[in-house]
Amino acid sequence: MTAAPPPSPSPTPDGAVPAGAAPSTTGPAQSMNLAGNVVPPGEPGPLLTATDLSVGFAVGGSIVGRLRHEERVLRAVDGVDLVIERGGALALVGESGSGKSTLARALTGLVPLDKGEIRLGERVLSGRRSRADQRRIQMVFQDPYSSLNPRITVAGILHELLRVHNIVPRAEVDSYSRELLGLVGLTDDALHAYPRQFSGGQRQRVAIARALALRPELLVADEPVSALDVSVQATILNLLQELRGSLGLTLLLISHNLAVVRHLCDRTAVMYLGRIIEVAPTSELFAAPRHPYTRGLLAAIPRMTALADNEAPAVQGDPPSPLRIPAGCRFRTRCPIAQERCAHDDPELTAAPGRPAHVAACHFPLDAPARNVVGRNVVGLSTVQGEPSPSQ
Amino acid sequence: MIGSGAAVLGESGPVLDVRDLHVEITTRRGVVKAVDGVSIDVPRGEAVGLVGESGSGKSMTLRAILGVLPPEARVTAGQVLLDGTDMVPLPTSALNRIRGPKLAMIFQEPMSALNPVMRVGWQIAEGPRVHLGLSRSKAAERAIELMRRVGIPDSERRFRAYPHEFSGGMRQRVMIAIALSCDPEVILCDEPTTALDVTIQDQILRLLAGLCRESGVSLLFVTHDLPVVAELCQHLAVMYGGQIVEQGPVAEVFAQPMHPYTLGLLRSAPDVEEVRSSLVPIPGSPPSLITPPPGCRFHPRCGFAEADCQVEPPPLRLLPGGRATACLHYERCAESLEAEEAAR
Repeated sequence: MTAAPPPSPSPTPDGAVPAGAAPSTTGPAQSMNLAGNVVPPGEPGPLLTATDLSVGFAVGGSIVGRLRHEERVLRAVDGVDLVIERGGALALVGESGSGKSTLARALTGLVPLDKGEIRLGERVLSGRRSRADQRRIQMVFQDPYSSLNPRITVAGILHELLRVHNIVPRAEVDSYSRELLGLVGLTDDALHAYPRQFSGGQRQRVAIARALALRPELLVADEPVSALDVSVQATILNLLQELRGSLGLTLLLISHNLAVVRHLCDRTAVMYLGRIIEVAPTSELFAAPRHPYTRGLLAAIPRMTALADNEAPAVQGDPPSPLRIPAGCRFRTRCPIAQERCAHDDPELTAAPGRPAHVAACHFPLDAPARNVVGRNVVGLSTVQGEPSPSQ
Repeated sequence: MIGSGAAVLGESGPVLDVRDLHVEITTRRGVVKAVDGVSIDVPRGEAVGLVGESGSGKSMTLRAILGVLPPEARVTAGQVLLDGTDMVPLPTSALNRIRGPKLAMIFQEPMSALNPVMRVGWQIAEGPRVHLGLSRSKAAERAIELMRRVGIPDSERRFRAYPHEFSGGMRQRVMIAIALSCDPEVILCDEPTTALDVTIQDQILRLLAGLCRESGVSLLFVTHDLPVVAELCQHLAVMYGGQIVEQGPVAEVFAQPMHPYTLGLLRSAPDVEEVRSSLVPIPGSPPSLITPPPGCRFHPRCGFAEADCQVEPPPLRLLPGGRATACLHYERCAESLEAEEAAR
């Protein structure tokens, strides 16, 4: 139903990462054990291709209703196509309830798919993944206070994982664990400490070490810094950037913080009510968004300047409930430029003329050179159409 | 902005004047000096941002001002002057006459601040009935009017809704309507937009900015998000380890920070408008408030620290332009910024 963004010819980042960002290779990465962590270059094609993914959850409804098969389904992810390039960093952004976390969990294999297929490299992943397939995609969760077992030391966490998955010979488990900690910037002392003995930032480092222990090809990070203080966020963001460079890791970052996304990712996908509505190289998305929602989302980011007097908010109203997704274009109820056609025609992701890597799902994409997009005065967003829907 | 009287502030003077506030929390591990000599002025009709990381004492400061400290915490010294009246020694009965008509608060989590089994309209109408002595029908009318004012569509019908029927943004609008219901002079805001999406945050910030401008209410706005302060507030106070380390007009402080901690906060956060090659984190971790480091509390994490920083706690010094800093070597910040500029 939607067109996948065409894979760019080379798997190199599209230039959103500034030249100076070449991360310093961390020492331990060159050592013998972690050599296995470095992804072999040169394999052709995208790392991950997801086609027409749908994930739904049954909600509410009475027992009688369920017996009559009247249960309501919340379509958290509704027909998503996604391509993740080898060695790239893709961001998934959107409001809460847009389905970005569910999509990340579905890709990691933590929630079952209702529909669609996930292809990792050449192979289609089955619904029940083998251990080898599980290892290839690993995840870092938002809250480092609840994602680590409080009763087990860091050594316990890592050793269990390494034994179950048989990553290194038993004799090397300990030295490999130390190397992993070195990789994420922790000292050997951390090995025998319990999670409660660490600060939030250190816990998130442990969580990253745990994810990297299995030598994944794709690291999925779901809001990895939003539970941390500003001064600590920077250390984790720098670490992720370094690891991308030193291990050739592919990153899928879920974040609501667009500044973090802009800093770390070379491609960005915007989700709205279970659909991806725009994908583009990050720098291009920020400079010239094509979907009115993306434009509004960017204009809503707080900036280091005072608000202009009496200016309308960038996006009006609340997102509709995912239980009652509007027919046609799902953004039309909040869209300032919605037309008759948007009410019945569901737009597909289509590429911008001459820019195959920039796709948007809008019948009337914004193609004018976007001056002021990052600034405040967004042309075309001052008029309001449609009533904000109550979100019940 | 700092407690130096009306000369700086013009004719109106501060509506809320916090002087040398100390709050201590008794824990099993010792006495935590959560707020350690904080002074803030909130001028009439303006918004003051209070920023700092978790544990810096910013929320405790707000709670002490409102008189809603947790049982293990108490104000050990200082004054909270609201229109010249010190609220600290007042008994609860007297505070109850101030809270609502003069001083109101908006919390971070509207869902836990609202009564889940009471219709939102009546929650908004409660204040006017109690404090302004309005009849049931008059109070309901006022509530509907307030709901309209804070941008809740279809307010007559939604008067009868319960909090769970509202979205996060709409609940926060209800909180704002409750805060406004008795025409307070000051609204204390404790991270009111942190739990919201950026699009909704944008709507709420514009609403608050409009209220400030049109009805002359003052805001004391606690957040950890610097751009939010830049958008909404005219003044800024930066807290670290229970103390205010820098104060001043928002634009000036952000353009030319005069405390290394403020500079560190600005450098560590990614900026949407400018992609930097790498972020500069603040090394180390926040100080223990049971046994704070001697001298300047920031010196163990500070790149500019000298021997004299460890001797005595540096006082908050007044500087021209309504600015104040607690750094002995604040010129280093400007030098560092210049060097950075030159390197570009």
